Amino acid sequence: MEGWVIAIIKVVFIWAWVLLIATVMTWVERRGAAMMQDRLGPNRAGPFGLFQPLADGIKLFTKEEVLPKKAHKVLWSLGPLLFALPAFSAYAVMPFGDKIVLGGKEIILQVSNVNIGFLYILAIGSLAVYGIVLGGWGSNNKFSILGGLRSTAQLISYEVPLGLALLAIVFVYGTFSLRDIALAQQGTFLGFLPNWGIFKQPLGFILFMVAIYAEANRVPFDLPEAESEIVAGYHTEYGSMELGLYLFGEYVNLVTLSSLIVVLYFGAWHIPYIDVSKFLGPVSWGIVSFLIFYLKVSFFLWLFVWVRWTIPRFRYDQVMGLGWKALIPLALFNLFITALFIQLAA
Amino acid sequence: MNQDPVSQNDQERLGELVTINIGPSHPAMHGTLRVVTVTDGETIVKAEPEIGYLHRGVEKLGESLTYHQFIPITDRLNYCSAITNNVSYEMAVEKLMGIEVPEKAQLVRVIMMELARIADHEVCVGILGVDLGAFTPFFYLIIQREEIYEIFEWYNGARLTNTFGRIGGLDADLPDDFEERWRELKPNLRKANEETEKLLTHNRIWMDRTIGVSAFSPEDALNWGFTGPCLRACGVKRDLRKDETYCMYDQFDFEVPVGKNGDVFDRYKVRMIEMEESIKIIDQAYKLYKEMPADAPLKARVPKVIKPPVGEVYSALESPNGELGFFVRSDGSNKAYRIKIRPPCYMIYQAFNDLVKGEMIADLIACISSLNVVAGELDR
Repeated sequence: MEGWVIAIIKVVFIWAWVLLIATVMTWVERRGAAMMQDRLGPNRAGPFGLFQPLADGIKLFTKEEVLPKKAHKVLWSLGPLLFALPAFSAYAVMPFGDKIVLGGKEIILQVSNVNIGFLYILAIGSLAVYGIVLGGWGSNNKFSILGGLRSTAQLISYEVPLGLALLAIVFVYGTFSLRDIALAQQGTFLGFLPNWGIFKQPLGFILFMVAIYAEANRVPFDLPEAESEIVAGYHTEYGSMELGLYLFGEYVNLVTLSSLIVVLYFGAWHIPYIDVSKFLGPVSWGIVSFLIFYLKVSFFLWLFVWVRWTIPRFRYDQVMGLGWKALIPLALFNLFITALFIQLAA
Repeated sequence: MNQDPVSQNDQERLGELVTINIGPSHPAMHGTLRVVTVTDGETIVKAEPEIGYLHRGVEKLGESLTYHQFIPITDRLNYCSAITNNVSYEMAVEKLMGIEVPEKAQLVRVIMMELARIADHEVCVGILGVDLGAFTPFFYLIIQREEIYEIFEWYNGARLTNTFGRIGGLDADLPDDFEERWRELKPNLRKANEETEKLLTHNRIWMDRTIGVSAFSPEDALNWGFTGPCLRACGVKRDLRKDETYCMYDQFDFEVPVGKNGDVFDRYKVRMIEMEESIKIIDQAYKLYKEMPADAPLKARVPKVIKPPVGEVYSALESPNGELGFFVRSDGSNKAYRIKIRPPCYMIYQAFNDLVKGEMIADLIACISSLNVVAGELDR
């Protein structure tokens, strides 16, 4: 019985926490963009405009829903749901800290430590493309269809290098469980390098980063919603909270993907050379590990913003070319090298 | 609209082709342009521009307004660089009346026109970046354009539609602290351009997106009547400031940049270099201006009511977009009998189908931004 209560508390907590980060992210995106572009950004609602996301939320909720003529009603309303749901559920297997010992009971900071964490994230992540395609198709708008088609091709192509890069990680750590991978990154190897994924898989990390930017539909891979070309791509026709789900789902996705980067390549809650857990009590270490984790996550969230406002967008065929001609061969090469090293070491 | 869309071969697979109507209300169609695009997947089979959504009867207005009343109307042609339009029109009427404009007024015109050129190019390059997904350089440039508009505003109160000058010269001299303002503005302009170049020019994505996109040969460009940066990007060194000089441009030392392939990248690059050259011209013009006596005349002797002799004249200058010409025919009354405007982008936009055929939708957007088609002067 107690296990259930703890599980529910964990679910509610991480759900609210991810929502909070995603909400703040919309603010960070706009203020960050403003900072780079010599302007102020939203600064009217609350201190530093921090309540701007709230105001946007109220606006989106109270707006009228407009269904375009000849739109496919079922697909139309299914689109945003199918996009937002996977974004929220992918976090279920994400570790977000080490563990807390409360009343002699050890609580791991992860909703569910399944031993196929990897596959779960890949599977759920791939579902999001349906939201985009169905929304684009159901809108009965040529720009939306173009956006939907672009995203199908793009997401499917970039899932291959993403999967291959992850496979190399599995080779290195010998497990599919995200928590086990996180735990394995403590300490050092070769005497001086932290035991982090990025040092064991430098090429894999680069491939993973590129693929993740494509998966998240972010600049330079934001073709499905390239506003100057196809108006707003798959969500051209959407308004009110249906649009809100698309926009918000994107930020939730960013949180998930940034967390994944940290877990796989940046040592999760570990700090190189120092084992902080030795100096802290069981409760405080749980909280500190949680904070360390999200400090790292926030850096990668900021990186998303940074890249978005710095570089231009690829063209459709260039995205495909990069995916199939560069990333996939490199990912295969990386896999081969990794396997070779493991074989030689063994 | 011409209803001959596609070739015979294409006609057979018309079922596979999709007609996409881009504009007149679309984020990348600056103003109210409209392109009816026939696409095969993302590849453009045919792109037919349809114009006229911003038609305001400017030329007809010229027939019912007096010569001076028409100057504010010319502001509304290429609204990114209104001063060039004003001067071009004034030059046409002056040529018709045989008026010799005092040198001091000519120098002030040069200074203001070159500032307008920089402002126009900044908008064009910035928007090109936005359309290719690079949002940030736009702000660096637009802030500097704002500073240029400050100078305009402080010259005669108007920012966008300046109504600069009068027939025969100017109504007002450069204000006293121009030198100070210009000294302040110049490094900022250069810095903004430098930052833009850093963000774009050698950026691999930017190069991939622009080099070789909608390339045009010099022969085609000349046959279609290209002028301005778009022609120079093709490698034809033609600049009315040098070739058919006016306003003492022959006394300034400046380069005319040319490109090689006539693609989007060359057009971008030509505009970037032209901005730098314009800064040089302003420096030289201001130096000459300073040497003029303070009480030198700003306006030639012109009658109160402008009544040019019967006759017709065509006069053109190098506007930021290319050759901007005014044809004025007078019947001796105080209103023109006919005014015809030759906007540069009208000729350039004709070739749009040839420019983007076989490219992708994203290239169409890049092309239309790099041509700098301004609906105001296109539709008139």
